[in-house]
Amino acid sequence: MADDLIFQPAARLAALLAAGKLSSVELLQACVARTKAVDGRVKAFNSYDETGALSLARAADARRAAGQARGPLDGLPVGLKDVIAAEGQPLTCSSKMLANFVSPYDATVTRKLKAAGAIPFGRLNMDEFAMGSSTENSAFGPTANPWDLTRVPGGSSGGSAAAVAAGELPLALGSDTGGSIRQPAALCGIVGLKPTYGLVSRYGLAAYASSLDQIGTMAHTVEDAALLLGVIAGHDPRDSTSFKAEVPDYRAALAAKKGPWRLGVPREFFGAGLDPEIGSAVKQAIEFYRQQGCEIKEVSLPLAAEHAIAVYYLIATAEASSNLARYDGIRYGHRSAAAKDAIDIYAKSRAEGFGPEVKRRIILGTHVLSSGYYDAYYLRAQKVRTLIRNEFTAVLRDCDALLSPTSPVPAFRLGEKSADPLAMYLTDIYTISVNLAGLPGISIPCGFTAGGLPIGLQLIGRPFQEADLLAVARAYEAAHEWHAKHPLL
Amino acid sequence: MPASMSTNSDLNLDYVANLARLDLSQAEKTEFAHQLGDILHYVEKLRQVDVTGVEPMAHASPVFNVWEADVARPGLPVEAALRNAPAQRQNMIVVPKVVE
Repeated sequence: MADDLIFQPAARLAALLAAGKLSSVELLQACVARTKAVDGRVKAFNSYDETGALSLARAADARRAAGQARGPLDGLPVGLKDVIAAEGQPLTCSSKMLANFVSPYDATVTRKLKAAGAIPFGRLNMDEFAMGSSTENSAFGPTANPWDLTRVPGGSSGGSAAAVAAGELPLALGSDTGGSIRQPAALCGIVGLKPTYGLVSRYGLAAYASSLDQIGTMAHTVEDAALLLGVIAGHDPRDSTSFKAEVPDYRAALAAKKGPWRLGVPREFFGAGLDPEIGSAVKQAIEFYRQQGCEIKEVSLPLAAEHAIAVYYLIATAEASSNLARYDGIRYGHRSAAAKDAIDIYAKSRAEGFGPEVKRRIILGTHVLSSGYYDAYYLRAQKVRTLIRNEFTAVLRDCDALLSPTSPVPAFRLGEKSADPLAMYLTDIYTISVNLAGLPGISIPCGFTAGGLPIGLQLIGRPFQEADLLAVARAYEAAHEWHAKHPLL
Repeated sequence: MPASMSTNSDLNLDYVANLARLDLSQAEKTEFAHQLGDILHYVEKLRQVDVTGVEPMAHASPVFNVWEADVARPGLPVEAALRNAPAQRQNMIVVPKVVE
Protein backbone atom coordinates (compact mmCIF):
# COMPACT_ATOMS: atom_id res chain seq x y z
CA MET A 1 0.00 0.00 0.00
CA ALA A 2 2.72 2.41 0.99
CA ASP A 3 4.11 2.65 -2.55
CA ASP A 4 0.76 3.91 -3.85
CA LEU A 5 0.82 6.79 -1.40
CA ILE A 6 4.35 8.06 -1.95
CA PHE A 7 4.37 11.20 -4.10
CA GLN A 8 0.58 11.55 -4.03
CA PRO A 9 -0.45 15.20 -3.82
CA ALA A 10 -2.00 16.21 -0.52
CA ALA A 11 -5.32 17.02 -2.22
CA ARG A 12 -5.50 13.43 -3.51
CA LEU A 13 -4.63 12.01 -0.08
CA ALA A 14 -7.28 14.26 1.47
CA ALA A 15 -9.84 12.87 -0.98
CA LEU A 16 -8.86 9.29 -0.08
CA LEU A 17 -9.17 10.11 3.62
CA ALA A 18 -12.56 11.75 3.07
CA ALA A 19 -13.80 8.76 1.07
CA GLY A 20 -12.74 6.36 3.81
CA LYS A 21 -10.30 4.61 1.48
CA LEU A 22 -7.32 5.58 3.60
CA SER A 23 -6.79 6.17 7.30
CA SER A 24 -4.53 8.81 8.77
CA VAL A 25 -2.65 6.09 10.64
CA GLU A 26 -1.98 4.22 7.38
CA LEU A 27 -0.79 7.41 5.73
CA LEU A 28 1.53 8.30 8.59
CA GLN A 29 2.91 4.77 8.68
CA ALA A 30 3.61 5.01 4.95
CA CYS A 31 5.50 8.29 5.50
CA VAL A 32 7.47 6.79 8.38
CA ALA A 33 8.32 3.69 6.31
CA ARG A 34 9.45 5.84 3.38
CA THR A 35 11.51 8.03 5.69
CA LYS A 36 13.17 4.99 7.25
CA ALA A 37 13.90 3.60 3.79
CA VAL A 38 15.42 6.69 2.17
CA ASP A 39 16.37 9.28 4.79
CA GLY A 40 19.68 7.61 5.61
CA ARG A 41 20.71 8.87 2.16
CA VAL A 42 18.64 12.05 1.81
CA LYS A 43 19.09 13.27 5.42
CA ALA A 44 16.13 15.64 5.26
CA PHE A 45 15.11 15.05 8.89
CA ASN A 46 16.93 16.26 11.99
CA SER A 47 14.51 14.21 14.08
CA TYR A 48 10.96 12.96 14.21
CA ASP A 49 8.54 11.82 16.90
CA GLU A 50 6.82 8.74 15.50
CA THR A 51 4.87 7.94 18.67
CA GLY A 52 3.48 11.44 19.13
CA ALA A 53 2.51 11.69 15.46
CA LEU A 54 0.80 8.28 15.55
CA SER A 55 -1.35 9.33 18.47
CA LEU A 56 -2.40 12.48 16.55
CA ALA A 57 -3.17 10.29 13.52
CA ARG A 58 -5.37 8.02 15.65
CA ALA A 59 -7.20 11.07 16.96
CA ALA A 60 -7.74 12.28 13.39
CA ASP A 61 -9.17 8.91 12.39
CA ALA A 62 -11.46 8.95 15.43
CA ARG A 63 -12.72 12.45 14.51
CA ARG A 64 -13.42 11.35 10.98
CA ALA A 65 -15.23 8.23 12.12
CA ALA A 66 -17.40 10.42 14.35
CA GLY A 67 -18.21 12.72 11.44
CA GLN A 68 -16.18 15.54 12.95
CA ALA A 69 -13.31 15.90 10.46
CA ARG A 70 -11.92 19.43 10.60
CA GLY A 71 -11.34 20.01 6.91
CA PRO A 72 -9.17 18.80 4.05
CA LEU A 73 -5.90 18.71 5.99
CA ASP A 74 -7.31 16.68 8.87
CA GLY A 75 -5.06 13.65 9.32
CA LEU A 76 -2.35 14.77 6.88
CA PRO A 77 1.27 14.92 8.09
CA VAL A 78 3.06 18.23 7.54
CA GLY A 79 6.81 18.54 8.09
CA LEU A 80 8.24 21.57 9.87
CA LYS A 81 11.53 23.24 9.07
CA ASP A 82 13.54 23.04 12.30
CA VAL A 83 13.11 26.78 12.86
CA ILE A 84 9.35 26.65 13.59
CA ALA A 85 8.30 25.91 17.18
CA ALA A 86 6.11 22.92 18.08
CA GLU A 87 5.45 22.45 21.79
CA GLY A 88 7.46 19.62 23.31
CA GLN A 89 9.49 19.09 20.12
CA PRO A 90 13.15 19.97 19.52
CA LEU A 91 13.86 23.33 17.92
CA THR A 92 17.50 23.28 16.85
CA CYS A 93 17.69 25.70 13.89
CA SER A 94 20.28 23.10 12.80
CA SER A 95 22.66 24.77 15.25
CA LYS A 96 24.83 23.40 18.00
CA MET A 97 23.63 26.47 19.94
CA LEU A 98 20.13 24.95 20.23
CA ALA A 99 21.05 21.25 19.98
CA ASN A 100 19.12 20.46 23.19
CA PHE A 101 16.39 23.11 23.02
CA VAL A 102 12.78 21.93 23.37
CA SER A 103 9.99 24.34 22.38
CA PRO A 104 7.84 25.42 25.34
CA TYR A 105 5.04 26.57 23.02
CA ASP A 106 3.59 26.25 19.51
CA ALA A 107 4.29 28.71 16.73
CA THR A 108 1.07 30.23 15.43
CA VAL A 109 1.38 28.21 12.21
CA THR A 110 1.81 25.02 14.26
CA ARG A 111 -1.25 25.88 16.34
CA LYS A 112 -3.24 26.49 13.15
CA LEU A 113 -2.07 23.20 11.62
CA LYS A 114 -3.17 21.33 14.73
CA ALA A 115 -6.51 23.17 14.79
CA ALA A 116 -7.04 22.01 11.19
CA GLY A 117 -6.27 18.43 12.25
CA ALA A 118 -2.93 18.29 10.43
CA ILE A 119 -0.12 16.36 12.08
CA PRO A 120 3.16 18.26 12.53
CA PHE A 121 5.67 15.53 11.75
CA GLY A 122 9.44 15.82 11.79
CA ARG A 123 12.02 18.50 12.28
CA LEU A 124 13.52 19.22 8.87
CA ASN A 125 17.14 20.12 8.23
CA MET A 126 18.19 23.59 7.13
CA ASP A 127 21.13 25.92 6.91
CA GLU A 128 21.97 27.00 10.45
CA PHE A 129 19.54 29.74 11.52
CA ALA A 130 18.31 29.78 7.90
CA MET A 131 21.57 31.31 6.68
CA GLY A 132 22.55 29.67 3.44
CA SER A 133 21.46 28.43 0.03
CA SER A 134 22.52 24.78 0.13
CA THR A 135 21.66 23.24 3.55
CA GLU A 136 25.38 22.57 3.93
CA ASN A 137 25.61 25.03 6.86
CA SER A 138 23.88 22.58 9.22
CA ALA A 139 25.51 21.48 12.46
CA PHE A 140 24.01 18.05 11.78
CA GLY A 141 25.44 17.59 8.28
CA PRO A 142 24.10 18.43 4.83
CA THR A 143 20.89 17.20 3.21
CA ALA A 144 21.25 15.61 -0.23
CA ASN A 145 19.23 16.40 -3.34
CA PRO A 146 16.91 13.42 -4.00
CA TRP A 147 17.50 13.79 -7.77
CA ASP A 148 21.27 13.41 -7.36
CA LEU A 149 22.62 12.56 -3.95
CA THR A 150 25.97 14.17 -4.75
CA ARG A 151 24.27 17.56 -5.10
CA VAL A 152 22.73 20.08 -2.72
CA PRO A 153 18.95 20.40 -2.31
CA GLY A 154 19.24 24.19 -2.15
CA GLY A 155 18.54 26.08 1.02
CA SER A 156 17.97 27.18 3.52
CA SER A 157 14.75 25.07 3.60
CA GLY A 158 16.60 22.16 1.96
CA GLY A 159 15.29 19.51 4.36
CA SER A 160 11.69 20.57 3.72
CA ALA A 161 12.19 20.52 -0.06
CA ALA A 162 14.04 17.20 -0.08
CA ALA A 163 11.52 15.49 2.23
CA VAL A 164 8.65 16.36 -0.12
CA ALA A 165 10.65 15.61 -3.29
CA ALA A 166 11.76 12.22 -1.90
CA GLY A 167 8.19 11.23 -1.04
CA GLU A 168 8.80 11.23 2.71
CA LEU A 169 6.06 13.81 3.34
CA PRO A 170 3.25 15.23 1.22
CA LEU A 171 3.60 18.74 2.67
CA ALA A 172 6.08 20.83 4.60
CA LEU A 173 6.54 24.34 5.89
CA GLY A 174 9.70 26.32 5.24
CA SER A 175 10.81 29.88 5.78
CA ASP A 176 12.04 32.30 3.13
CA THR A 177 14.20 35.34 3.87
CA GLY A 178 15.95 35.71 0.50
CA GLY A 179 14.72 32.70 -1.47
CA SER A 180 14.95 29.92 1.10
CA ILE A 181 11.65 28.30 0.06
CA ARG A 182 11.64 29.02 -3.68
CA GLN A 183 15.26 28.12 -4.47
CA PRO A 184 15.24 24.66 -2.80
CA ALA A 185 11.81 24.01 -4.33
CA ALA A 186 13.32 24.76 -7.76
CA LEU A 187 16.39 22.61 -7.14
CA CYS A 188 14.26 19.69 -5.88
CA GLY A 189 11.46 19.91 -8.48
CA ILE A 190 8.56 20.84 -6.19
CA VAL A 191 6.25 23.83 -5.59
CA GLY A 192 7.46 26.41 -3.05
CA LEU A 193 5.41 29.46 -2.09
CA LYS A 194 6.67 32.48 -0.16
CA PRO A 195 3.60 34.53 0.78
CA THR A 196 3.43 38.31 1.03
CA TYR A 197 5.29 39.65 4.07
CA GLY A 198 2.66 39.91 6.82
CA LEU A 199 0.20 37.29 5.49
CA VAL A 200 1.50 34.47 7.71
CA SER A 201 2.36 35.02 11.38
CA ARG A 202 6.02 34.77 12.33
CA TYR A 203 5.22 34.09 15.99
CA GLY A 204 7.26 31.02 16.95
CA LEU A 205 9.60 31.29 13.95
CA ALA A 206 13.15 31.70 15.26
CA ALA A 207 14.13 35.08 13.84
CA TYR A 208 16.90 35.57 11.30
CA ALA A 209 16.07 38.87 9.53
CA SER A 210 12.72 40.01 10.83
CA SER A 211 11.84 42.47 8.06
CA LEU A 212 12.33 39.75 5.42
CA ASP A 213 11.45 36.39 7.06
CA GLN A 214 8.21 34.76 5.99
CA ILE A 215 6.86 31.23 6.53
CA GLY A 216 5.53 29.44 3.46
CA THR A 217 4.56 26.14 1.89
CA MET A 218 6.40 23.32 0.12
CA ALA A 219 4.29 20.79 -1.78
CA HIS A 220 3.94 18.69 -4.92
CA THR A 221 1.31 20.87 -6.59
CA VAL A 222 -0.07 24.40 -6.68
CA GLU A 223 -3.38 23.10 -5.38
CA ASP A 224 -1.61 21.63 -2.34
CA ALA A 225 0.14 24.95 -1.76
CA ALA A 226 -3.26 26.67 -1.88
CA LEU A 227 -4.71 24.22 0.66
CA LEU A 228 -1.84 24.64 3.09
CA LEU A 229 -1.67 28.43 2.72
CA GLY A 230 -5.36 28.67 3.54
CA VAL A 231 -4.66 27.00 6.89
CA ILE A 232 -1.61 29.03 7.96
CA ALA A 233 -2.54 32.52 6.65
CA GLY A 234 -4.25 35.23 8.64
CA HIS A 235 -3.79 38.02 11.14
CA ASP A 236 -2.16 37.22 14.48
CA PRO A 237 -2.01 39.75 17.32
CA ARG A 238 1.19 38.03 18.49
CA ASP A 239 3.06 39.24 15.38
CA SER A 240 2.93 43.03 15.17
CA THR A 241 3.89 42.92 11.47
CA SER A 242 1.02 40.57 10.68
CA PHE A 243 -1.55 42.19 8.38
CA LYS A 244 -5.33 42.15 8.76
CA ALA A 245 -5.78 40.73 5.28
CA GLU A 246 -8.78 38.76 4.15
CA VAL A 247 -7.95 35.05 3.74
CA PRO A 248 -9.89 33.80 0.73
CA ASP A 249 -10.48 30.16 -0.21
CA TYR A 250 -7.28 29.84 -2.25
CA ARG A 251 -8.20 26.43 -3.66
CA ALA A 252 -11.59 27.66 -4.87
CA ALA A 253 -9.82 30.61 -6.49
CA LEU A 254 -7.74 28.26 -8.64
CA ALA A 255 -10.86 27.19 -10.51
CA ALA A 256 -12.62 30.55 -10.39
CA LYS A 257 -9.81 32.76 -11.66
CA LYS A 258 -9.11 32.31 -15.34
CA GLY A 259 -6.79 34.25 -17.60
CA PRO A 260 -5.75 35.66 -19.83
CA TRP A 261 -3.38 37.59 -17.63
CA ARG A 262 -0.93 40.36 -18.28
CA LEU A 263 2.47 38.93 -17.44
CA GLY A 264 5.75 40.81 -17.13
CA VAL A 265 9.16 39.41 -17.96
CA PRO A 266 11.98 41.35 -16.26
CA ARG A 267 14.66 41.75 -18.95
CA GLU A 268 17.52 41.84 -16.43
CA PHE A 269 16.60 38.43 -14.98
CA PHE A 270 17.80 36.71 -18.19
CA GLY A 271 21.30 38.16 -18.37
CA ALA A 272 24.81 36.92 -17.75
CA GLY A 273 25.15 34.10 -15.23
CA LEU A 274 21.90 32.36 -16.20
CA ASP A 275 22.40 28.70 -17.09
CA PRO A 276 21.31 28.36 -20.76
CA GLU A 277 19.19 25.27 -20.13
CA ILE A 278 17.30 27.11 -17.40
CA GLY A 279 16.88 30.17 -19.62
CA SER A 280 15.50 28.00 -22.41
CA ALA A 281 13.03 26.14 -20.13
CA VAL A 282 11.74 29.40 -18.63
CA LYS A 283 11.33 30.97 -22.08
CA GLN A 284 9.28 27.96 -23.15
CA ALA A 285 7.05 28.48 -20.12
CA ILE A 286 6.63 32.14 -21.09
CA GLU A 287 5.74 31.00 -24.61
CA PHE A 288 3.08 28.70 -23.14
CA TYR A 289 1.39 31.65 -21.45
CA ARG A 290 1.56 33.65 -24.68
CA GLN A 291 -0.15 30.82 -26.53
CA GLN A 292 -2.84 30.79 -23.88
CA GLY A 293 -3.66 34.36 -24.85
CA CYS A 294 -1.78 36.11 -22.08
CA GLU A 295 -0.23 39.46 -22.87
CA ILE A 296 3.53 39.14 -22.32
CA LYS A 297 5.27 42.44 -21.57
CA GLU A 298 8.99 42.93 -21.26
CA VAL A 299 9.62 44.99 -18.13
CA SER A 300 12.74 46.39 -16.52
CA LEU A 301 13.90 46.11 -12.89
CA PRO A 302 17.42 47.54 -13.14
CA LEU A 303 17.96 48.33 -9.47
CA ALA A 304 16.49 45.02 -8.28
CA ALA A 305 18.73 43.09 -10.64
CA GLU A 306 21.88 45.06 -9.93
CA HIS A 307 21.64 45.89 -6.25
CA ALA A 308 19.29 43.50 -4.45
CA ILE A 309 22.03 41.16 -3.25
CA ALA A 310 24.14 43.98 -1.81
CA VAL A 311 21.08 45.52 -0.11
CA TYR A 312 20.05 42.14 1.24
CA TYR A 313 23.42 41.25 2.75
CA LEU A 314 23.58 44.59 4.56
CA ILE A 315 20.01 44.56 5.88
CA ALA A 316 19.74 40.83 6.62
CA THR A 317 23.07 40.64 8.43
CA ALA A 318 22.31 43.81 10.42
CA GLU A 319 19.01 42.32 11.56
CA ALA A 320 20.65 38.95 12.21
CA SER A 321 23.35 40.47 14.41
CA SER A 322 20.61 42.00 16.53
CA ASN A 323 18.28 38.97 16.55
CA LEU A 324 21.03 36.50 17.37
CA ALA A 325 22.27 38.57 20.31
CA ARG A 326 19.67 36.65 22.34
CA TYR A 327 21.84 33.52 22.15
CA ASP A 328 24.03 34.49 25.07
CA GLY A 329 24.37 31.21 26.97
CA ILE A 330 22.42 32.55 29.93
CA ARG A 331 18.72 31.71 29.67
CA TYR A 332 18.75 28.90 27.11
CA GLY A 333 21.01 27.37 24.51
CA HIS A 334 24.62 26.31 24.68
CA ARG A 335 26.67 27.60 27.62
CA SER A 336 30.44 27.24 27.47
CA ALA A 337 31.96 25.18 30.27
CA ALA A 338 35.21 27.09 29.84
CA ALA A 339 33.79 30.53 30.66
CA LYS A 340 34.88 32.37 33.80
CA ASP A 341 32.61 35.42 34.04
CA ALA A 342 29.46 36.83 32.43
CA ILE A 343 31.08 38.50 29.40
CA ASP A 344 33.17 35.39 28.93
CA ILE A 345 30.02 33.26 28.88
CA TYR A 346 28.62 35.33 26.02
CA ALA A 347 31.77 35.33 23.91
CA LYS A 348 32.76 31.69 24.45
CA SER A 349 29.25 30.20 24.28
CA ARG A 350 28.64 32.00 20.99
CA ALA A 351 32.06 30.97 19.67
CA GLU A 352 31.33 27.31 20.49
CA GLY A 353 27.63 27.33 19.55
CA PHE A 354 27.57 29.07 16.17
CA GLY A 355 28.92 27.72 12.89
CA PRO A 356 31.08 29.70 10.44
CA GLU A 357 28.35 31.23 8.23
CA VAL A 358 26.40 32.45 11.25
CA LYS A 359 29.55 34.00 12.69
CA ARG A 360 30.36 35.66 9.37
CA ARG A 361 26.92 37.24 9.19
CA ILE A 362 26.94 38.37 12.82
CA ILE A 363 30.34 40.02 12.28
CA LEU A 364 29.23 41.68 9.04
CA GLY A 365 25.95 42.84 10.57
CA THR A 366 27.65 44.19 13.67
CA HIS A 367 30.15 46.05 11.49
CA VAL A 368 27.52 47.70 9.27
CA LEU A 369 25.54 48.84 12.32
CA SER A 370 28.56 50.10 14.22
CA SER A 371 29.22 53.76 14.92
CA GLY A 372 30.63 55.48 11.84
CA TYR A 373 29.33 52.91 9.36
CA TYR A 374 25.57 52.90 10.01
CA ASP A 375 24.72 55.69 7.54
CA ALA A 376 27.07 54.51 4.82
CA TYR A 377 25.91 50.91 4.90
CA TYR A 378 22.66 50.17 6.69
CA LEU A 379 20.79 53.42 6.07
CA ARG A 380 21.87 53.56 2.43
CA ALA A 381 20.76 49.94 1.95
CA GLN A 382 17.35 50.77 3.43
CA LYS A 383 16.98 53.65 0.96
CA VAL A 384 17.93 51.50 -2.02
CA ARG A 385 15.41 48.99 -0.69
CA THR A 386 12.73 51.67 -1.06
CA LEU A 387 13.79 52.25 -4.67
CA ILE A 388 13.68 48.50 -5.41
CA ARG A 389 10.20 48.25 -3.89
CA ASN A 390 9.11 51.21 -6.02
CA GLU A 391 10.38 49.48 -9.16
CA PHE A 392 8.23 46.43 -8.43
CA THR A 393 5.21 48.57 -7.56
CA ALA A 394 5.51 50.36 -10.90
CA VAL A 395 5.77 47.24 -13.08
CA LEU A 396 3.02 45.40 -11.16
CA ARG A 397 0.63 48.25 -11.93
CA ASP A 398 0.43 46.89 -15.48
CA CYS A 399 1.13 43.21 -14.82
CA ASP A 400 -0.78 40.57 -12.88
CA ALA A 401 2.44 38.65 -12.28
CA LEU A 402 6.10 38.56 -13.29
CA LEU A 403 7.85 35.49 -14.72
CA SER A 404 11.53 34.64 -14.24
CA PRO A 405 13.87 31.78 -13.44
CA THR A 406 13.92 30.91 -9.72
CA SER A 407 17.63 30.10 -9.60
CA PRO A 408 20.31 30.94 -12.17
CA VAL A 409 21.84 27.46 -11.77
CA PRO A 410 20.52 23.93 -11.21
CA ALA A 411 21.50 21.98 -8.09
CA PHE A 412 25.25 22.29 -7.61
CA ARG A 413 27.59 19.71 -6.11
CA LEU A 414 27.98 19.41 -2.35
CA GLY A 415 31.04 21.46 -1.42
CA GLU A 416 31.18 23.27 -4.77
CA LYS A 417 30.46 26.75 -3.39
CA SER A 418 30.95 26.32 0.34
CA ALA A 419 34.40 27.97 0.41
CA ASP A 420 33.19 31.11 -1.40
CA PRO A 421 30.32 32.82 0.45
CA LEU A 422 29.88 35.52 -2.19
CA ALA A 423 29.45 32.94 -4.98
CA MET A 424 26.84 31.21 -2.82
CA TYR A 425 25.02 34.52 -2.20
CA LEU A 426 24.80 35.16 -5.96
CA THR A 427 22.64 32.05 -6.45
CA ASP A 428 19.77 34.00 -4.82
CA ILE A 429 19.87 36.77 -7.41
CA TYR A 430 16.30 36.29 -8.73
CA THR A 431 14.60 35.60 -5.41
CA ILE A 432 16.11 38.13 -3.01
CA SER A 433 14.49 41.29 -4.40
CA VAL A 434 11.05 39.72 -3.84
CA ASN A 435 11.74 39.62 -0.08
CA LEU A 436 13.05 43.18 -0.10
CA ALA A 437 9.80 44.31 -1.73
CA GLY A 438 7.69 42.05 0.54
CA LEU A 439 5.90 40.44 -2.42
CA PRO A 440 4.54 36.92 -2.83
CA GLY A 441 6.59 34.55 -5.00
CA ILE A 442 6.19 30.95 -6.04
CA SER A 443 8.51 28.47 -7.74
CA ILE A 444 6.95 25.70 -9.83
CA PRO A 445 8.67 22.94 -11.82
CA CYS A 446 9.14 23.83 -15.51
CA GLY A 447 11.52 21.23 -16.86
CA PHE A 448 14.79 19.37 -16.39
CA THR A 449 18.35 19.87 -17.53
CA ALA A 450 19.87 17.32 -19.90
CA GLY A 451 21.52 15.88 -16.78
CA GLY A 452 18.12 15.30 -15.17
CA LEU A 453 18.13 18.14 -12.65
CA PRO A 454 14.88 20.04 -11.98
CA ILE A 455 14.33 23.60 -13.21
CA GLY A 456 12.05 26.11 -11.45
CA LEU A 457 9.90 28.92 -12.86
CA GLN A 458 9.39 31.82 -10.48
CA LEU A 459 6.15 33.81 -10.53
CA ILE A 460 5.99 37.05 -8.55
CA GLY A 461 2.64 38.58 -7.62
CA ARG A 462 1.06 41.66 -6.14
CA PRO A 463 0.96 42.06 -2.35
CA PHE A 464 -1.74 39.90 -0.72
CA GLN A 465 -2.96 38.67 -4.14
CA GLU A 466 -1.85 35.07 -3.58
CA ALA A 467 -5.12 33.84 -5.08
CA ASP A 468 -4.20 35.40 -8.44
CA LEU A 469 -0.59 34.22 -8.22
CA LEU A 470 -1.64 30.64 -7.50
CA ALA A 471 -4.17 30.70 -10.36
CA VAL A 472 -1.50 31.85 -12.84
CA ALA A 473 0.85 29.12 -11.58
CA ARG A 474 -1.88 26.49 -11.75
CA ALA A 475 -2.63 27.33 -15.39
CA TYR A 476 0.90 26.25 -16.32
CA GLU A 477 0.92 23.23 -14.03
CA ALA A 478 -2.41 21.95 -15.38
CA ALA A 479 -0.94 21.73 -18.90
CA HIS A 480 2.39 20.14 -17.93
CA GLU A 481 3.60 16.97 -16.24
CA TRP A 482 6.87 18.14 -14.66
CA HIS A 483 5.39 18.12 -11.17
CA ALA A 484 4.37 14.48 -11.61
CA LYS A 485 7.94 13.29 -12.18
CA HIS A 486 9.76 11.97 -9.13
CA PRO A 487 13.30 10.88 -8.32
CA LEU A 488 14.34 7.25 -8.12
CA LEU A 489 15.96 6.55 -4.78
CA MET B 1 32.40 59.33 10.39
CA PRO B 2 33.52 58.37 6.89
CA ALA B 3 31.73 60.29 4.14
CA SER B 4 31.88 57.35 1.75
CA MET B 5 31.66 53.62 2.26
CA SER B 6 34.63 51.86 3.75
CA THR B 7 37.57 50.22 2.20
CA ASN B 8 38.26 46.64 3.25
CA SER B 9 40.90 47.70 5.73
CA ASP B 10 38.20 49.50 7.75
CA LEU B 11 36.89 46.19 9.07
CA ASN B 12 38.62 45.83 12.44
CA LEU B 13 37.78 42.23 13.28
CA ASP B 14 38.93 42.35 16.90
CA TYR B 15 36.86 45.46 17.58
CA VAL B 16 33.73 44.13 15.86
CA ALA B 17 34.05 40.65 17.39
CA ASN B 18 34.13 42.26 20.83
CA LEU B 19 31.03 44.33 20.01
CA ALA B 20 29.32 41.11 18.90
CA ARG B 21 30.50 39.26 22.03
CA LEU B 22 31.88 36.55 19.79
CA ASP B 23 35.34 35.05 20.31
CA LEU B 24 37.08 34.31 17.02
CA SER B 25 40.05 31.99 16.60
CA GLN B 26 43.09 33.18 14.68
CA ALA B 27 42.14 30.88 11.79
CA GLU B 28 38.63 32.37 11.70
CA LYS B 29 40.01 35.91 11.73
CA THR B 30 42.24 35.16 8.76
CA GLU B 31 39.43 33.50 6.82
CA PHE B 32 36.78 36.11 7.66
CA ALA B 33 39.07 39.04 6.86
CA HIS B 34 39.43 37.67 3.35
CA GLN B 35 35.79 36.64 2.84
CA LEU B 36 34.21 39.70 4.43
CA GLY B 37 36.64 41.85 2.48
CA ASP B 38 35.20 40.38 -0.73
CA ILE B 39 31.65 41.02 0.45
CA LEU B 40 32.34 44.59 1.59
CA HIS B 41 34.01 45.24 -1.76
CA TYR B 42 30.92 43.85 -3.51
CA VAL B 43 28.46 46.07 -1.59
CA GLU B 44 30.48 49.17 -2.51
CA LYS B 45 28.41 49.18 -5.70
CA LEU B 46 25.54 50.75 -3.72
CA ARG B 47 27.48 54.01 -3.87
CA GLN B 48 26.42 54.26 -7.53
CA VAL B 49 22.76 54.68 -6.55
CA ASP B 50 21.40 58.20 -6.07
CA VAL B 51 19.40 58.06 -2.83
CA THR B 52 18.89 61.81 -2.45
CA GLY B 53 15.56 62.45 -0.77
CA VAL B 54 14.67 58.72 -0.56
CA GLU B 55 13.00 57.51 2.64
CA PRO B 56 14.61 54.44 4.23
CA MET B 57 12.42 51.34 4.34
CA ALA B 58 12.52 49.37 7.60
CA HIS B 59 10.12 46.63 6.51
CA ALA B 60 7.63 45.78 3.79
CA SER B 61 4.51 45.50 5.90
CA PRO B 62 1.78 48.13 5.53
CA VAL B 63 1.36 48.03 9.33
CA PHE B 64 2.51 50.77 11.70
CA ASN B 65 2.05 51.58 15.39
CA VAL B 66 0.32 48.46 16.63
CA TRP B 67 -1.22 48.97 20.05
CA GLU B 68 -2.51 46.43 22.51
CA ALA B 69 -4.54 46.86 25.65
CA ASP B 70 -2.36 46.65 28.77
CA VAL B 71 -4.03 43.57 30.19
CA ALA B 72 -2.28 40.73 32.01
CA ARG B 73 -2.54 37.37 30.28
CA PRO B 74 -1.35 33.93 31.33
CA GLY B 75 2.27 33.27 30.40
CA LEU B 76 4.54 30.27 30.53
CA PRO B 77 4.66 28.49 33.90
CA VAL B 78 8.05 28.83 35.63
CA GLU B 79 8.99 25.20 35.00
CA ALA B 80 8.34 25.56 31.27
CA ALA B 81 10.18 28.87 31.07
CA LEU B 82 13.23 27.39 32.82
CA ARG B 83 13.20 24.07 31.04
CA ASN B 84 15.91 25.12 28.58
CA ALA B 85 18.09 26.99 31.08
CA PRO B 86 21.72 25.77 31.09
CA ALA B 87 21.80 25.93 34.91
CA GLN B 88 19.00 26.58 37.39
CA ARG B 89 18.30 26.43 41.10
CA GLN B 90 15.16 27.30 43.10
CA ASN B 91 13.27 28.59 40.04
CA MET B 92 16.14 30.85 39.06
CA ILE B 93 18.80 30.78 36.36
CA VAL B 94 22.29 30.30 37.77
CA VAL B 95 24.97 32.63 36.41
CA PRO B 96 28.54 33.42 37.50
CA LYS B 97 29.10 36.27 39.92
CA VAL B 98 28.89 39.59 38.05
CA VAL B 99 29.65 41.99 40.92
CA GLU B 100 32.90 41.81 42.87
